[in-house]
Amino acid sequence: MGRYVLRRLLQMIPVFIGTTFLIFVMVHALGDPVNALFGDKAPDPAVAAQIRAQYNLNDPLWLQYVKYMGNLFRWDFGTTFSGQTVTSLLATAYPATLKLTAVAFTIEVVFGIGFGLISGLRRGGVADNSVLILTLVVISIPTFVTGYVLQYLIGVKWGIVPATAGDPLTLQSLLLPGIVLASVSLAYVARLTRTTVAENSKADYVRTATAKGLPRRRVVINHLLRNSLIPVVTFLGTDLGALMGGALVTERIFNIHGVGFYLYQGIVRQNSNTVVGFVTILVIVFLAANLLVDLLYAVLDPRIRYA
Amino acid sequence: MPVATRVRWAVIAATSVALVATGCSSSSSSSSGTNANGVVQAWWGDPQNPLEPVNTNEVNGGAVLNMIFTGLVSYDPKTSKASNANADSITSTDQQNWTVKLKPGWKFSDGTTVTASSYVDAWNYGALVTNKQVNASFFQYVQGYNDVAPPTGAPTAQTMSGLKVVDDNTFTVALSQKFSTWPQTLGYSAYYPVPKSFFTDHAAYLNKPVGNGPYLIQSWTRSQKMQLRPNTAYSGTNKPKNGGIDLKVYTDTNAAYADLQSGNLDLDNGIPNSALKTIQTDLNGRYINEPAGIIQTISFPLYQVDWNTDNAKLVRQGISMAIDRATITKVVFTSTRTPATDWTSPVLGDAGGYKAGLCGSVCNFDAAKAKQLIQQGGGIPGGQLTISYNADGPHKEWVDAVCNSINNAMGDTKSCVGRPVGTFADFRNQVTTKQMTGAFRTGWQMDYPLIQDFLQPVYTTGASSNDSHYSNAQFDALVSKANADADVTQSVTDFQTAEKMLATDLPAIPLWYQNGTAGWSSKVSNVMLDPFSVPVYSEITVK
Repeated sequence: MGRYVLRRLLQMIPVFIGTTFLIFVMVHALGDPVNALFGDKAPDPAVAAQIRAQYNLNDPLWLQYVKYMGNLFRWDFGTTFSGQTVTSLLATAYPATLKLTAVAFTIEVVFGIGFGLISGLRRGGVADNSVLILTLVVISIPTFVTGYVLQYLIGVKWGIVPATAGDPLTLQSLLLPGIVLASVSLAYVARLTRTTVAENSKADYVRTATAKGLPRRRVVINHLLRNSLIPVVTFLGTDLGALMGGALVTERIFNIHGVGFYLYQGIVRQNSNTVVGFVTILVIVFLAANLLVDLLYAVLDPRIRYA
Repeated sequence: MPVATRVRWAVIAATSVALVATGCSSSSSSSSGTNANGVVQAWWGDPQNPLEPVNTNEVNGGAVLNMIFTGLVSYDPKTSKASNANADSITSTDQQNWTVKLKPGWKFSDGTTVTASSYVDAWNYGALVTNKQVNASFFQYVQGYNDVAPPTGAPTAQTMSGLKVVDDNTFTVALSQKFSTWPQTLGYSAYYPVPKSFFTDHAAYLNKPVGNGPYLIQSWTRSQKMQLRPNTAYSGTNKPKNGGIDLKVYTDTNAAYADLQSGNLDLDNGIPNSALKTIQTDLNGRYINEPAGIIQTISFPLYQVDWNTDNAKLVRQGISMAIDRATITKVVFTSTRTPATDWTSPVLGDAGGYKAGLCGSVCNFDAAKAKQLIQQGGGIPGGQLTISYNADGPHKEWVDAVCNSINNAMGDTKSCVGRPVGTFADFRNQVTTKQMTGAFRTGWQMDYPLIQDFLQPVYTTGASSNDSHYSNAQFDALVSKANADADVTQSVTDFQTAEKMLATDLPAIPLWYQNGTAGWSSKVSNVMLDPFSVPVYSEITVK
């Protein structure tokens, strides 16, 4: 187990370097950011030269990358054009995004698995059919459409919850963005759970458990659900990264100042420090989530053992 | 303490459940009259640069500086007329050497006094190239600017030789050229004074800038919210009529508009295009849409040989006449643009140099004449007109509309085509390094409401924003003469004579004047936009 984890951690290093370099190159491919600082005016050449020197923009790209990575290992993510350190942005943005992701993830797990279980156990019934239709509708509508429509109806027209999440973030204000962010994944989780539950309910071990005279509750939760969850957990693990990425859209709609806000602003202003810094952390989160999922397999399925 | 309770309710209204909040805010707004302590929740975007006076050239940082500073002169939000604010007098006998006298006793919000040094030190700091201030070039007319900001190499001086402190309330400015309207430029944010703490603890200053204006910054959570409250040390005439402004940062204009409609936001001057069609009914007419000091143009690369001929002039005139400005501004922009008929802006007013129709027939839509002129000029150079624009801005729609208009006039669907460039930075890069081969979009937002600002930086030979690289000795001479005129009326007339040359040479085609738009909630009233399309925050009253 220990050796497996170590091997996985070592594998992360090239992935990490590769992704950060790609992002670095892509941001720089957009061109010289200094001109944009001056708006529609031609930049004063002397001032522009000074700013370029400050951000190492005169160096060849590989040297800029080496310098950037060198600073990164000293936990110096650089500064934005507005003079803030990227680390301070990370410190305000990630908690906000994590809160939103946590809310969305909880909704996704609880309702996704719940709906899936119900419809899987009562296949062909009213509950099953309504879950199938509802999830189909949710999957076919893009997140930003769901977001704007729900914001308008629930936030603006009926005024049940605030239209935007605002500051400070409360659980209440994150509920609507959480539902929007979770909706598509929730639909997938429900359908996935439904299929595996339906399949496993005919399995030998379920029949044996029922024949033993175990209470139905125990059969369903300990035997049926636990075995059905293996593919669902795989999906949830990879989805955690997708949720943080999908938060970009949701954060914009509900004005949450998280990772999406700073990434968007960084891209618009072509501030490579911000973009690379935020993506770097996103990459780490994604890698860690994947590792966690692989380890969870072993917990759920006794047949899987890591040497 | 009924007042304190009401303020607290306002804050809660912005953050908690809207159902409860509407109940509370309606009960508080039902009490009649205005509430001098009411706080306005206003739309804001994250400033691009640190909040230093000379380092701010965009509207978000500008809005704050405007509230926390008052410069030597200020502009009337309605008429754009400049009048002395912190200055007692700005005089000159030769339009080149100026003496500035301050009104004594003005204070910064930290209690220190505004003196002549507050201005001179601020200007020297702003001009010095190693301080990397984006608006440093505003001091280019001051003597000694080239020593503190040489085009290449290190500065040879730390201060500009043209600035001299005479006494606590007097300083003199020597310019490198005659500039009769120079005093009227001094309301721009680059010319604000700074207190001593700006130099002694710069990092702390940037976290909480201090000024001499009607408001002071009470708290600022970067990228989230800024709370501004009335500055009790303020000595000027624009004393706030409300209890303060809370600026809330929005990433998405749609989110702000949703907040405005649901009562979580009182003032929104970042109205999304998608809302313009329904805004009148959405807000019950609480919407303002009026010209701002911004003109949009299409420029031509006069540095390309085939665009710099006499025939090409005819072609440019023809292109201008092929554009149906009235229809495009109405359909594409939902009337938030006004067709342009000169190269300035209506906000200048007739006395300030705006002249409707100065462009003449060249700016009128006439498809038949357009086609004839273009053919007479030998057709469009290269056979097809491209209009370059930055694709990260809202430009595709109108560029396509302009091209359609030209194509229709020419009776050829391939006469004109839009050419998107990925980002604004890359687009500007191509423009400033003279890589354009066809037409490209240009816009000019005035720095101060003067006809000089619409002409000199954009169309004189070698000027900093002369993107088309237009060069006309006669035009340059007239601008110099206008700058030297002691009489303002004569100066404006000379500028207009120069401007008329643009109508024949057409280095840039005027398209439309951009409007400023804002919507507000039923909780506030007396919302105005100044000529820079920034809300006049101090005049807003809260119910």
